[in-house]
Amino acid sequence: MMRSDVAARSSRPAPAPGFTRVPRWPPRGQRSRQPRRRSHLRWLRRLPVRLLLVLLLVIEVYPLLWLLLSSLKEDAEFSLKPLWALPAGLYWQNYVEAWTTGNIGLYFLNSVLTVFPALALILVLSVPAGFALEVMRWRGRNFVLLLFLAGIMVPLQILLLPLFTIYFRLDLIDTRWALIVTYTGFGLPLTVFLMAGYFKAIPRELLEAAILDGAGLAQVFFRVAVPLVSNGLVTVALVQFFFLWNDLLFSLTFISSDQLRTIQTGLLNFTGQYGQVAWGPTFAAVSLAVFPTLLLYLLLNQRVIKGLTAGALKG
Amino acid sequence: MEQILHNRRAILLLVGPALLVYSSVVLLPVVWSLVYTFFEGNVIGGFHFVGLQNYRQLLSDAAFWQALTFTLKYAVTVTAGQILLGLLLALLYVFYLRRASALVRTLVFFPVVLPTVAVAQLFAKIFAIAPQYGLVNAGLALLHLDGWIQAWLGQGSTAFWVLALMDIWRAMGFYAVLLYAGLVEIPAELIEAARVDGASGLRLVWHVVLPLLLPILLSALIFSINGTLKVFDSVLALTGGGPGQATTPLTLYMFNTAFSYGQYGYGSTLAMALAVLSLLVTVMIFGSARRDVA
Repeated sequence: MMRSDVAARSSRPAPAPGFTRVPRWPPRGQRSRQPRRRSHLRWLRRLPVRLLLVLLLVIEVYPLLWLLLSSLKEDAEFSLKPLWALPAGLYWQNYVEAWTTGNIGLYFLNSVLTVFPALALILVLSVPAGFALEVMRWRGRNFVLLLFLAGIMVPLQILLLPLFTIYFRLDLIDTRWALIVTYTGFGLPLTVFLMAGYFKAIPRELLEAAILDGAGLAQVFFRVAVPLVSNGLVTVALVQFFFLWNDLLFSLTFISSDQLRTIQTGLLNFTGQYGQVAWGPTFAAVSLAVFPTLLLYLLLNQRVIKGLTAGALKG
Repeated sequence: MEQILHNRRAILLLVGPALLVYSSVVLLPVVWSLVYTFFEGNVIGGFHFVGLQNYRQLLSDAAFWQALTFTLKYAVTVTAGQILLGLLLALLYVFYLRRASALVRTLVFFPVVLPTVAVAQLFAKIFAIAPQYGLVNAGLALLHLDGWIQAWLGQGSTAFWVLALMDIWRAMGFYAVLLYAGLVEIPAELIEAARVDGASGLRLVWHVVLPLLLPILLSALIFSINGTLKVFDSVLALTGGGPGQATTPLTLYMFNTAFSYGQYGYGSTLAMALAVLSLLVTVMIFGSARRDVA
């Protein structure tokens, strides 16, 4: 027993050759000829990790699944049956109630009407700025870049009171403009910084060749540079979309009337009103807030992951 | 060609609008906020100069110290959880799942993109006690652990842990991907050489992998602590800062001071304290890292 154990240990592949391009040893063909008992051993050795993986997936996915299932239950089901029971039927009425009586539909529209204009403004402003900061030659370039960089670190809370004062004086409190302007200004630093990085990655010879061929600055910008960074453009737009769509603080501060609430403040308010008693519609409302974002994420996950982590490393 | 790239009017046209919006929405308010710390009042009642009064108040304000203590405790706990679990996940991806890790990476990243309010609402239901048991209490009842059933969000001590658990759950996938990207960059030859020298398992991770990962680990740490020191959404949506003041961080205390009590001066002072705190912590992490390397 002892001996075979030692033998198994010395002949099994290195425990963790996870890094790419590490040669596997022994090669596949040889390993399949090993006695069956060893493969059982291998299976047992890997069992803890497998269990851990299953646990991990349960922890990540089950809450969301539970949310979805619960949103289809009638109110009576919550008290009469175990919480983890499947819904008796598909009770879509919860969604209807959340969307209309609970105003989630309106909050959704408000979010769309503030986030997308802000997103467009951020891109329109930051793409040229990134171009000027990385491609154009001028004094003070590094200083301005640093100025934008400093903005990434500023806590939102510091901006709140002065902005509230400004908007109050300009009569912009409780209007969509207050949010659109704030979102734009706040989204600029990171976007400018990332765009500058994308422009930097373009080979300079390419731009110089275009200029030598007689292209004007506008042509270089629109015909050469922007198409080359279009991939990065989509990524930063996605990143900003998630930031803005999930914003709570600004919306809470600058919007007071129910008619203009965005999805996050609306949901906060909704659960305050219904949350204690009506679980069904609450779950439906939360689902309505969660699943569109999730869908977008599922469609574009690699890009989203890359964009969000890039933001962290640069910041 | 040089002329085209030096065109001042073009540069102004390209960078000017962004700089203008950014300055008026971000830079100007930062300075303005600093000025506010020497005043008291609000937009409706007007402002008056109070000198250093707000700073003196800060030092003797028990609620501030309580909020600061909570913020630090929360930030240290959650950052430790996020980075540690993120690191373990990243090691799992690289060493055990290898090529097959894409699906798991994607799944564990899920909660990162979800709206905080929605996640908080979900957790409130999972830990609910009234009008009926949530998942956790119902599960405890099923296992006849009736002594454990409690109002998880109704008491400061447990509410803290539910909050911490939620924010770790939300962000660990993010740090896992961040650190995973760092791990993949480590040259395979280095790992192989360490293996040949007899390092394996924990020793390999501790003496070879972690030192090589240090720069990314540091970025992740700074990003995480800066996020957790400024926690707001999760707290507001899950506990509202309660019960009492038990889970009120600096951000929420600042928000209430400014908008519930109309004290813009003291609110700005609290915001400034928060900014200084994050800056200090960041500099401290950088400083200690530099000492380690040298």
